[in-house]
Amino acid sequence: MEKTLRKYFPLFALPALICFALSFLIPMVWGFILSFCEFTTITDATFVGFKNYVRAFTVDNYFTGAFWFTLGFTIVTVISINILAFTIAMILTKNVPGTNAFRTIFFMPNLIGGIVLGWIWQVVLNGVLAGFEQTLLSNAKYGFWGLVILMNWQNVGYMMVIYIAAIQNISSDMLEAASIDGADGKTTLFKIIIPSVMPSITICLFLTLTNGFKLYDQNLALTNGAPNHQTEMLALNIFNTFYSRTGFEGVGQAKAVMFTIIVAAIALIQLIATRSREVEN
Amino acid sequence: MKKALSIMLIALIALSSVFANGASESSGKTEVYFLNFKPEIADVYTNVVEPAFEAAYPQYDLKVVTAASNQYQTTLRSELEKAAPPVIFQVNGPVGVQENVNTVAPLQDTDYYSLLADKSMALTLEGNVVGVPYAVEGYGIIYNDAIMRKYFALPDKAVSISSAEEITNFETLKAVVEDMSKHLDELGIQGVFASTSFMPGSEWRWTTHLVNPALWAEFGDLATAQAAKEFQFTASENFKNIFDLYLNNSITAKGMVGARADADSMAEFALGQVAMVQNGNWAAAQILGTAGNTVADEDIKFLPLYMGLDGEENYGICVGTENYLAFNKNASPEALEGADVFLTWLFSSDEGKAIVTNDLMFITPFSSFSADEVPDDPLARQVNIWMNKDGITSVPWVFNGIPSEQWKADFAQAMLEYINGNYTWDQVTKVAQDAWAREAELAGR
Repeated sequence: MEKTLRKYFPLFALPALICFALSFLIPMVWGFILSFCEFTTITDATFVGFKNYVRAFTVDNYFTGAFWFTLGFTIVTVISINILAFTIAMILTKNVPGTNAFRTIFFMPNLIGGIVLGWIWQVVLNGVLAGFEQTLLSNAKYGFWGLVILMNWQNVGYMMVIYIAAIQNISSDMLEAASIDGADGKTTLFKIIIPSVMPSITICLFLTLTNGFKLYDQNLALTNGAPNHQTEMLALNIFNTFYSRTGFEGVGQAKAVMFTIIVAAIALIQLIATRSREVEN
Repeated sequence: MKKALSIMLIALIALSSVFANGASESSGKTEVYFLNFKPEIADVYTNVVEPAFEAAYPQYDLKVVTAASNQYQTTLRSELEKAAPPVIFQVNGPVGVQENVNTVAPLQDTDYYSLLADKSMALTLEGNVVGVPYAVEGYGIIYNDAIMRKYFALPDKAVSISSAEEITNFETLKAVVEDMSKHLDELGIQGVFASTSFMPGSEWRWTTHLVNPALWAEFGDLATAQAAKEFQFTASENFKNIFDLYLNNSITAKGMVGARADADSMAEFALGQVAMVQNGNWAAAQILGTAGNTVADEDIKFLPLYMGLDGEENYGICVGTENYLAFNKNASPEALEGADVFLTWLFSSDEGKAIVTNDLMFITPFSSFSADEVPDDPLARQVNIWMNKDGITSVPWVFNGIPSEQWKADFAQAMLEYINGNYTWDQVTKVAQDAWAREAELAGR
């Protein structure tokens, strides 16, 4: 059996490998090469060295602006989503009546696509702001907090499900032992529950962090970067660079490469940091 | 057995890759692929043009694909990279040609080009004709004459003129509009102008169309604008005149314009909530197609964009085109010939011309059309009237010389900041100048 498996392994893995190479590896390598080229279609690229990387910063300062905006947004949403999701998970694992209904309701926003969510919240927030004769585009602050609210609404339910699963997995022996030892609610939370769900925290932090950095659809639908590029996030800036000027496809590509490196680096640092705090059950 | 199985599997994979390439080339017909720019007439192409052309020329297989609104460049770029790229595509003026330098084919020997009445309208590149316009459009301030008549019949009106046609400069327009704003209830409207739409994607009426007379005043013609390294915005105050007039006499409060799309503005006009809206003849379908439309066909009329420029009494509405068709030089010779056959059929045969006039509703620049072969919608008729008025010069579309999309975006955002009270008008002017200089340099001027 083992031998047959080994013999046929390449054959069975082949379709998946072909798909992976076609849709991921080749575009990624090709994209990296293109970031050093000037091109309009990918077939007529000419090598220009680091020119695109220089132009990403020298032509206008939207890219750095977008970076700081994205960073601020990600910090706020990572904290707010995880605290909210964990709190709701704690409440919904305490035998509250109607727990399942609540879990479903909180999870549901996650099933709606980003563009649709963006439109929904644009209508809602503009409706609220209309009372003050303002719109989302009147002030960059509205756009920022609008995006934060939207992101929380969409992601809290998903992270909550992960936390619920982890909390339910904590063995009741430990909790019982803690209460016999006289631990109060706060001690139990910080000494037993949080250390036990650390693997889930790692996952949730990773997901919210990368989601925050990669956000595009919601940004596009809610404000499209207005006013004056002040709510433009990295992904949207890359897209706009690629399409708004003739000859800037390479610059957009260079920005995309830098973006990939930044996101990968931050996510790796976070993974290493939280992994080291996980405990063996 | 196992061997047989693995052979079958491999055969399956090999076969599926063959089928993935498509089995389309079986009919023996030449495919003519046209990537259409105008989503509002997409149905006409599929339901009327395709069957009619294929009946007349059975050796061709016409394929019309329409890009989504505001997505043409994006769609075109991805389509051009495919194995069967579009043969006919649209370029929006000289900037569009620059974006497709490696794709556009020479057209001077085509029958389609020979139909063009004024050969100077075509786009050229290094001595070759590469883009031929197919529709002329006009825009200005569309007004509802029924409301205007009601205003001029008021006993306490503050102006001496007695019809909208007597408005021939900014001063008069301003006096009329501001006085109308004082009589909103009597006129049964909620504002003189429709919303100054600034929802993302809806700023084009200001960043291209409204700025056009200012560009024209500074550059004089398209060729100069196209080559301009700098834009002083000498008519900045004039632009501000009319922009402020729109904002201050609008149905929508200044703070709310960010939530209004251009479609909202057209609906407000169609429902009779406002008297005026800036747009072009392509918006006729939007007005007539609004459910509950209260505006009678004969009451829909144009006013030029008056903003206090010297001699504007003699200026008409802005007439021009950004609709040029280009051929893809990388397509097969048979397909290129088919493209010429198709466009010549569409714009010169009786059957094709009937479709153009009645279904596609283009005002064409071709000699094959007689003066009475114009679309039967109120705004197209108005464009014709303004083009042929004695002593009136139409303002050409100079905005095709704007160096890049980024200039439009930056200018739009600066205007929005001005509306929100964060920028002074001087800052808006500065953004327009600086962005132009930067984008012109990037465009290699």
